[in-house]
Amino acid sequence: MKRANIKALVGFNTARRRIFKVTAIAACILALSGAAPFGMLDAQAAVGKAEKTSLKFGFIKLTDMAPLAVAYEKGYFEDEGLSVTLEAQANWKVLLDRVVDGELDGAHMLAGQPIGATIGIGTKADIITPFSMDLNGNAITVSNAVWADLKKRLPMMKDGRPVHPIEPKYLKYVVDDYKKQGRAFKMGMVFPVSNHNYELRYWLAAGGMNPGYYDPANGDTSGTIKADVQLSVTPPPQMPSTMEAGTIDGYCVGEPWNQQAVFMGIGVPVTTDYDIQKNNPEKVFGVSKKWADKYPNTLIHVVKALIRAGYWLDEQNNKNRLAAVKMISSPDYVGADEKVLANSMTGTFEYEKGDKRPAPDYNVFFRYNATYPYYSDAVWFLTQMRRWGQIPVAKPDSWYIKIAKEVYRPDIYAIAAKELIAEGKMKASDFPDFATETGFKGRQGGFVDGIVFDGRKPNAYIDKFKIGLKGNEKPR
Amino acid sequence: MNMTTQTALPGWQRLMTLVLPRTGGESVFRMLFRGIAPPLLGIMVFLGLWQIGASHVHTSLGTLPGPAAVLKQAGNLYQEYRDDKAREAAFKARQKLRKADFLAQHPGQEYDAIRYTGQPTYLDQIFTSLYTVFVGFMLGTIIAVPLGIVCGLNKTIQAALNPLIQIFKPVSPLAWLPIVTLVVSALYVSPDPMFAKSFLISALTVTLCSMWPTLVNTALGVASIDKDLLNVAKVLRLSTRTKIMKIVIPSSLKLIFTGMRLSLGVAWMVLIAAEMLAQNPGLGKFVWDEFQNGSSQSLSRIMVAVFTIGFVGFLLDRIMHTLQQMASFGQRTE
Repeated sequence: MKRANIKALVGFNTARRRIFKVTAIAACILALSGAAPFGMLDAQAAVGKAEKTSLKFGFIKLTDMAPLAVAYEKGYFEDEGLSVTLEAQANWKVLLDRVVDGELDGAHMLAGQPIGATIGIGTKADIITPFSMDLNGNAITVSNAVWADLKKRLPMMKDGRPVHPIEPKYLKYVVDDYKKQGRAFKMGMVFPVSNHNYELRYWLAAGGMNPGYYDPANGDTSGTIKADVQLSVTPPPQMPSTMEAGTIDGYCVGEPWNQQAVFMGIGVPVTTDYDIQKNNPEKVFGVSKKWADKYPNTLIHVVKALIRAGYWLDEQNNKNRLAAVKMISSPDYVGADEKVLANSMTGTFEYEKGDKRPAPDYNVFFRYNATYPYYSDAVWFLTQMRRWGQIPVAKPDSWYIKIAKEVYRPDIYAIAAKELIAEGKMKASDFPDFATETGFKGRQGGFVDGIVFDGRKPNAYIDKFKIGLKGNEKPR
Repeated sequence: MNMTTQTALPGWQRLMTLVLPRTGGESVFRMLFRGIAPPLLGIMVFLGLWQIGASHVHTSLGTLPGPAAVLKQAGNLYQEYRDDKAREAAFKARQKLRKADFLAQHPGQEYDAIRYTGQPTYLDQIFTSLYTVFVGFMLGTIIAVPLGIVCGLNKTIQAALNPLIQIFKPVSPLAWLPIVTLVVSALYVSPDPMFAKSFLISALTVTLCSMWPTLVNTALGVASIDKDLLNVAKVLRLSTRTKIMKIVIPSSLKLIFTGMRLSLGVAWMVLIAAEMLAQNPGLGKFVWDEFQNGSSQSLSRIMVAVFTIGFVGFLLDRIMHTLQQMASFGQRTE
């Protein structure tokens, strides 16, 4: 009896042991595969070491270079084993040229620059971007003389301050006045393929003013054909002095150059780009395609560091923003005075001197999936390039989507993000659901003229505008 | 005039009379005073006028900074240098910890150390500028001196090259820069470059603009050698190499050095402009970045840079002057 019991017990134990063994192995496999998505034991080895550890990145002196500064100062680049030098550049053209010829490994770029470069507007080069550095962050400022004329026509609130956001149709009166006097109304923006150019044009067109067309097929890249307002390029840090000198009557630029104008008493901001397009893509981190193909692991490590920097900037409802302001006010980074930088970075924006309004999402570095490079953002830029003639002929929807997929690389972003989740440095809830994310935002509202944008139907979108080239139209 | 007797002077004054040149009867003190007092007075008056004048000029960044503000910024720049050294030390300490951690976790593997990359401090920028100007100047001298000798000896070549020299001499560095940038970008392609492109572009622009005074003066010096000396060379049937090394160069050394001194002055001025646009991390880039910063301290810092540039230029000139003295076999030059 005992033997039978023992046999049964042993048999039962053997079975249990077998079940236990199998379950244990399964659990190990599950645990390991969860920790290392590529099925390897060491999570760090999943991406592989960076091929090139000594890197030089360029930037322009604007508050939204902050993710680069933060990644350096907080040691995120160091954590990835990267030795990074950050170097301020003279202007956007020099920055792009230096990335193309290899002097810079990567740079803080305008969201439209990789697209413009790839399709050949200006310097032609294949540039890609796997990381969006921020949303919003620009404003349109006009000179004191223009403001004096504009203010007379604005609806006022009970306390005597103008109603914000100021609608562009009021500026049309001022521009018409200038026309009657035979003067050209001139405004500045930072680069032909910059968000500032397209936002300024969008806002002016929404107010019934034509910002001018480009005609590259006939050699005209000034963008002033049939223009009511003439736009020209000025590097951001020189905007206030150019306006002070009277060369331009207003400009669209990123911070701190709008608040700097208020601080210096030479101009008044009239609208922020949040009011032109809610949560619009602003800057990206761009590298040349050649470089990315040569150093794929390095790029992923860089994106990992930048994602962490973006997260820190928006962490816990912007609690780190003042520390960030202190960081970027160093002369090696943005260099402007802290109090000029502090406004926009900490959620207020000063219009007329003393008129501070809340602007909590003036700079968004991580919230609303700000760091994910959406294809639909690239398509929006392409539609505006076509609208104003930088793309000289009409193209089918498939072309727009093809270019967007070549230039914007959320696939690289996803690898970096998953690495961070695997290392436990970030949570899966911080990111979009990579399994279901298509890269297209769906129907987008929030534009100043109320028109809705669907990233998958660019030509239909272009046809909705009153001012702008439609279908096969040419500028002349 | 006083006739001071030597024996009446105390010991140290007697020493001074040995070191200083003959005074022709004046007291040493008087001579020293006359040498130092006017420049000192000039500087004091300038500082005074600057302080008063600056506070009356209102720019959109505040009033123009006076000498006190500029001095404060000079102190700040030095402090930033010290801070950078501290950061580097902290970085090295962190790296040590990381290495220890890494080796503990992965024994036997090699740890890839990363190096410290701080922003170039003001002192680094001064050295970068000096190094770049030196390279550009040397390159210019190596091209200009042989060419000048050839021009001086051969009237036909001189006549042939003269129009080219006259046309390229007045071209501003800012006009050369785009061309040099494009050429360097096209020709200097290497996966692991030894020199930064910005450095090459700045140095080449310096060469292009600064070699002309050396070239012209060398040609002039060689052309004005005493004809008798050249006849001696013909009589002795000296080879061309011996003629150049033994007769031509020693005779024209004074003018060659004059040319080089002028060239160095031009080179230093051109360098600052070239650096601003080529983004070579030297003093020119410092000034440009400060201008872009637009902070309330920017103007003071730019003025510190202005004085630094002036002072370094003065030192460079003095060095060339000394070399010129040495090459002139005692003839006084100014």
